[in-house]
Amino acid sequence: MRKALSWLGFTFGLPVILIFLWWLATTISPSFFFPPPGEILVTFFETWFGPRLWLDVLPSILRFGIGVIIAMVLGVVIGVIVGLNRDLRALTEPTFEFFRALPAPVLIPPLLLLIGPNDAMKIFIIVLAAIWPVLLNTVEGVRAADSVQNETSRSYGIHGFSRVRYQVLPGAAPQIMAGIRQCLPIGLILMVISEMFNTTAGLGFAIIQFQRTFAIPEMWSGILVLGLLGYGVAVVFRFFERRVLRWYHGLKDLENAS
Amino acid sequence: MTAPTGQTLTTTVAVARARSRRRSYRPRRAILGATGILIFLLLWEGASRFGLADPRYLPPPTEVIPRLFQVLAIGDFWVAVGQTIGAWALGLAIALILAVILGVVIGLSPFLRRFTNSTVEFLRPVPSVALIPLAVLLFGLRIEASLLLIVYAAFWQIFIQVLYGVADVDTVAMATGRSYGFSKWQRIRDIVFPTALPYLMTGLRLAAAVALILAITAQLIIGTPGLGAEILKAQNGGQYATMYALMLATGFLGILINMGARILERATLSWHQSVRGEATA
Repeated sequence: MRKALSWLGFTFGLPVILIFLWWLATTISPSFFFPPPGEILVTFFETWFGPRLWLDVLPSILRFGIGVIIAMVLGVVIGVIVGLNRDLRALTEPTFEFFRALPAPVLIPPLLLLIGPNDAMKIFIIVLAAIWPVLLNTVEGVRAADSVQNETSRSYGIHGFSRVRYQVLPGAAPQIMAGIRQCLPIGLILMVISEMFNTTAGLGFAIIQFQRTFAIPEMWSGILVLGLLGYGVAVVFRFFERRVLRWYHGLKDLENAS
Repeated sequence: MTAPTGQTLTTTVAVARARSRRRSYRPRRAILGATGILIFLLLWEGASRFGLADPRYLPPPTEVIPRLFQVLAIGDFWVAVGQTIGAWALGLAIALILAVILGVVIGLSPFLRRFTNSTVEFLRPVPSVALIPLAVLLFGLRIEASLLLIVYAAFWQIFIQVLYGVADVDTVAMATGRSYGFSKWQRIRDIVFPTALPYLMTGLRLAAAVALILAITAQLIIGTPGLGAEILKAQNGGQYATMYALMLATGFLGILINMGARILERATLSWHQSVRGEATA
């Protein structure tokens, strides 16, 4: 009981204080730009739990999901192929490094011209931005494979697909997960801003539209939606990572304990 | 680092052999890398020449690269580069100072760490681009609009790493410091700071890349002056070769920032095992 109470206090203490301070500040000196928290909450439900959920929120999430899944799959597949071959690695490294360093949002104007402002372009830009952390981390993870494991595989005659499946991928998994962790926020950024150019739907479009029409509480509620979405993605990732890397965390705990 | 126990002559020989193999591979690696870039440029040229993509919208590199050199000679281009780097550097510096101070204060107190945990975990994944409308409302086209986005994005990257770093401090070292009569400030400077520095540098490297993305994004979407705004201007004016030339320039800026971050990391951590170990083994 005491434990539960203290958990409750620690979890909700600061958020409650912060929201109270916000409320206090907006009550003492009302500001057009900063509506009180109660108003934002009411607007949040009014704005997003209606047709907007189907028109703006879900299509955005769908595009984000499709984009990052394609980026992860392509990133791991290409990463394994490139990582296993030293010459291929040397061939692709400078080019890949350039694309990793290129801030992905600058790709939006040319892709708008080449593909047009449709779903394919928005998904493509998410893939193009999110693939690099996964790809380069996979290459690095595969390259740094334990040499004893490599030789064991060779002497046991484990080749080709089964070597990738049972030795290379598990060995590189912690690094691949680190890449996936980096790719999710980038995908989210590109999801939002790809909807800010020449479009009429989507979360990014909606919050910009609210700002342009000075619908301030709606704008704040949109920021809240994006915040919740980011938080949701982080929670899903953590669950996913724990499952995939359960053996790895267990191993680490053992090593730390010894 | 001295040879760890259990290291035999065979491993020493194997390490030396691997190192010489790496060295003899170096020229081949450079040639292959250059070939890779060439192949990419040829594919681009081909896509544009043989109508895979609309050549109006995808001018070939033989047109874009000369344009890049023309752009480099224009004063306005360097003004835009300066504005981009200025916003990037200022935003990163503000984020760094805030993150280090808050990270050390919160990291050193178990109470504060627990107390702020839920808030940090909620605010951290909020995509900073969600703040674009707010930035426009509050600051319009001024540089503060870019700064709000850059600081928000860069802050969390560094802050989280500082928290990890402070949590990693050896309790025995801290207790030793206390029994030797170190003051609180001395303990922070001589025990906490060196332990947290590698983490801080990792955070700074990640934050530097994210800050550039946000600086360019702000310029593209809000229109704060800089390279992003120039790209949009070139696109609106139908000067597509210039647009691609400016994109190449932002890519090179990104590479410079990545390289700078890596050099800084090596220089500040030259004493640390992770860097020394790489150099010797």
